[in-house]
Amino acid sequence: MKNSISQIKKALIEKKISVGELYDEYLAKAKSGNNNSFNLVIDRENNISSINDSQNRYDNGNPLPLDGIPLGIKDLFCTKGIRTTASSKILSNYIPNYESFVTQQLLNDGSIFIGKNNCDEFAMGSSNETSYFGPVINPWKNKNSQKDNLVPGGSSGGSAAAVAEGSCVASMGTDTGGSIRQPASLCGIVGLKPTFGSCSRWGIVAFASSLDQAGPLTNCVEDAAYVLNSINKHDFNDSTSSNHQREDYLVDINNSFEKKIKIGIPSDYLEDVSDDILNQIDNTKKALSKHGIEFVDVKFKTTEYALSTYYILAPAEASSNLARYDGIRYGVREDGESLDDIYLNSRTKGFGDEVTRRILIGAYVLSAGYYDAYYRQAQKVRRLIKNDFQRILNEVDFILTPTTPNEAFKIGDKLDPISMYKNDIYTVPTSLAGLPGISIPSGLSKNGLPLGVQFIGNYFEEKLLLQLAALAEKELSFNE
Amino acid sequence: MSNNWEMVIGLEVHAQLKTSSKLFSSSPNQFGSEPNENVNFIDSGMPGMLPVMNFGCIEMAIKTGYALNFKINKYSVFERKNYFYPDLPQGYQISQFEFPILSEGYINIDSGDNQKKIRIERAHLEQDAGKSIHDIDPKYSFIDLNRVGTPLLEIVSYPDLSSADEVINYMSSLRQLLMYIDVCDGNMQEGSLRADVNLSVRKKGQELGTRCEIKNLNSFKFIKQAIEYEFQRQINIIDGGGEIEQNTMLFDTSTGETRAMRSKEFSHDYRYFPDPDLLPVNLSQEQIDKIKPLVGELPQDKLNKYLDNYSLDKDIAKIIIAEKQNANLFEKMISESTVKPKFIAAWLVGDIFAFIKENNLEVNSLNDKTKDITDLLKLISDDVISNKAGKEILPKVLNGEGKPSELVKELGLEQVSDSGELEKIIDEALVGEEENILKFQGGSDRVLGYFVGKCLKATKGKGNPKLINKILLEKLKK
Repeated sequence: MKNSISQIKKALIEKKISVGELYDEYLAKAKSGNNNSFNLVIDRENNISSINDSQNRYDNGNPLPLDGIPLGIKDLFCTKGIRTTASSKILSNYIPNYESFVTQQLLNDGSIFIGKNNCDEFAMGSSNETSYFGPVINPWKNKNSQKDNLVPGGSSGGSAAAVAEGSCVASMGTDTGGSIRQPASLCGIVGLKPTFGSCSRWGIVAFASSLDQAGPLTNCVEDAAYVLNSINKHDFNDSTSSNHQREDYLVDINNSFEKKIKIGIPSDYLEDVSDDILNQIDNTKKALSKHGIEFVDVKFKTTEYALSTYYILAPAEASSNLARYDGIRYGVREDGESLDDIYLNSRTKGFGDEVTRRILIGAYVLSAGYYDAYYRQAQKVRRLIKNDFQRILNEVDFILTPTTPNEAFKIGDKLDPISMYKNDIYTVPTSLAGLPGISIPSGLSKNGLPLGVQFIGNYFEEKLLLQLAALAEKELSFNE
Repeated sequence: MSNNWEMVIGLEVHAQLKTSSKLFSSSPNQFGSEPNENVNFIDSGMPGMLPVMNFGCIEMAIKTGYALNFKINKYSVFERKNYFYPDLPQGYQISQFEFPILSEGYINIDSGDNQKKIRIERAHLEQDAGKSIHDIDPKYSFIDLNRVGTPLLEIVSYPDLSSADEVINYMSSLRQLLMYIDVCDGNMQEGSLRADVNLSVRKKGQELGTRCEIKNLNSFKFIKQAIEYEFQRQINIIDGGGEIEQNTMLFDTSTGETRAMRSKEFSHDYRYFPDPDLLPVNLSQEQIDKIKPLVGELPQDKLNKYLDNYSLDKDIAKIIIAEKQNANLFEKMISESTVKPKFIAAWLVGDIFAFIKENNLEVNSLNDKTKDITDLLKLISDDVISNKAGKEILPKVLNGEGKPSELVKELGLEQVSDSGELEKIIDEALVGEEENILKFQGGSDRVLGYFVGKCLKATKGKGNPKLINKILLEKLKK
């Protein structure tokens, strides 16, 4: 079992290891690069002052909350002076002159960045196969077909693989329709998508602004709480950042609940799923039942509309958010005879197929004559989906679902976009509702591959959600 | 002949708001900086940058709402207007579309001898774009992003205007109001106020014709020229058996002609949708009410006050209220002096404005000289010096060359109002004038002027003409 943040901090405090040694250990794994989980690794000399500062704080007995912890950062977060590509050709030479709000918090709390994690291009994908820098390989192998390289999920596939392979202690990901939870599930780790508005989007390359949310991919639930404590802050520079009072997510995380907890399991999510998946729900139910937690059947009315709603709204926003990549001010520019040619050539060659597909879909659903039928209608359905979740969360404290409809699949296996989109069927509705969701590993498939379950909580109730996830984690004993 | 044709015009006026920073970023909002000096990461459309609304712009929109009789909407939404251009770094302009902040307003303008109500459909907030400069280099275009994101209020009228003069009156009334409430500096040359003119023609009493939009006119002169040219152009097409195409037109200031920029079939599909980076604007009644006292006195209020309380001539009053700084100067002088407002007003619009114009000054630059000016006017109205002497001293006072009373002494312009002294002068002047005295007594008034002139000359212009007149009459009638 891998070391948790609290264990590593203890070792650092007790001088069993130095910050530099710790960094070198993770850096070596990141550099070996067998799974292509990093687009860029930061050499020791570029981090030397951070390492020394961190060690000094340990030596002086006043370490910061994440002091010396080597983190991976999805290559969607702008990092000052460090190339930030969104795994796209068009940004493959882009070096921001600013630090995203979230990564700045992590730096403020003493963590040290190992590098930038590979991901799907502009976070569009569910398998990390759309990256300009090539696919990421899942560290897990199908025990019945050891030779096959499997996908880590996506879009935060590099983050999930890096945590699973042990090349960083935790990684910052982003989740728009499942991009933290789904790869966490396929790589056997923990992935938390906080409530929309918890963590600032300032400095994150935008995909779909009304859905994008930063969150941690970690080895355990407690680590997720460590990272969340750092990044969950109000930011004046993000107009959608909530300014509610934040809690300490580590306090009480291992306590049992004071009141009786009721968890809803949406039966409509479980129609036509494999035994592997059903087993995950059953395992989790069994594990938690002994704590007096009650499980009830709940039924959504809107589930079947969620994917199509998402695949109208997210591309619509993306088509506009990606308009700034025109080759004029930064990024890769292709020559052309006229201004229109420069646009056309830069964008045609700069974007991959999936990104191009979503820009086209987005432009289409927003265009004159189609707006009402697609975009406006989808906004209405999104409101109904939110209402549907509210109705159910009035009856139960949490909702339990599978995270994914299947285990990790072979690289190159899902060429048809629609079957790829279906991978996010359990995570997309939560994203549309803006609710927090956490995926924790719950067991192995018949092929020996990790699978996860998702707990969904109410708005800004991450504290209770983490408490429940920690309890389930302990009972499921996946890591042992 | 265009006699039986009439024009139907609606105006879209873009007013740049006088905020210190931009609509969605903290960059300075100012004209005349070095290219790309007022540009931050948000303005230049860097990845991951987010807009944050400048509430000062909302307050200015609310003020405008009060001044232009708008319905001020508690709920408004910023949307993205998507199109590609190098001076639009985000690839979209943030504007209001379906839910503007102001709707259904109006203003009254002069039309001939009457007032005409011009209805205004809406006004909304939006970002300005940058500037593309194509004439520096034969091969390259240059981009200046200073103007990117500066706040504009777009004020869209109904097609209620029916002549170039009405359009000019409407524009100048708008300009006057916006400057009064201090939301726009009204500087058309610098582009702080510019208009798109939508014009169609029809035979009197018939249905509306197809309209053309003339873009981006930034002077009253160009607006007038463009309207007159476009009016004739459309009539000529229809008279020649043609049809008007719905085009976007450019006005060529060098030739005075309009020409088509793009036709409707090539018009952009802007794919408007609510900007997900921004929350809808939700205003409370309290927030709106709080702005009302900041609107201040509007031109019409001042006009009424000047006519009723100060008994000014209407034409003079209108000149003073035309710009807020005129009115401010005038009211400052009234408050500091016992001279009659009417007297002050006459000097203000006469010699004082002439001085300002001649010397290319700002009206505001006289604000710290009002005490000297009114002191001078007091000397004139009290007959201490003559009108003529006043005119002589005024430029020196305005140039700050000295205090009026000192200047009067220095130049020896003090009026002789001592009747004993004047009597002596008059007696001397009448010596040897028996023939003319007889003429006067025989009924020739003209001779009086001659005598007054002679006496004034004898006093070197310093004699009080009224007093001279009076004493002369007494003596002559004897």
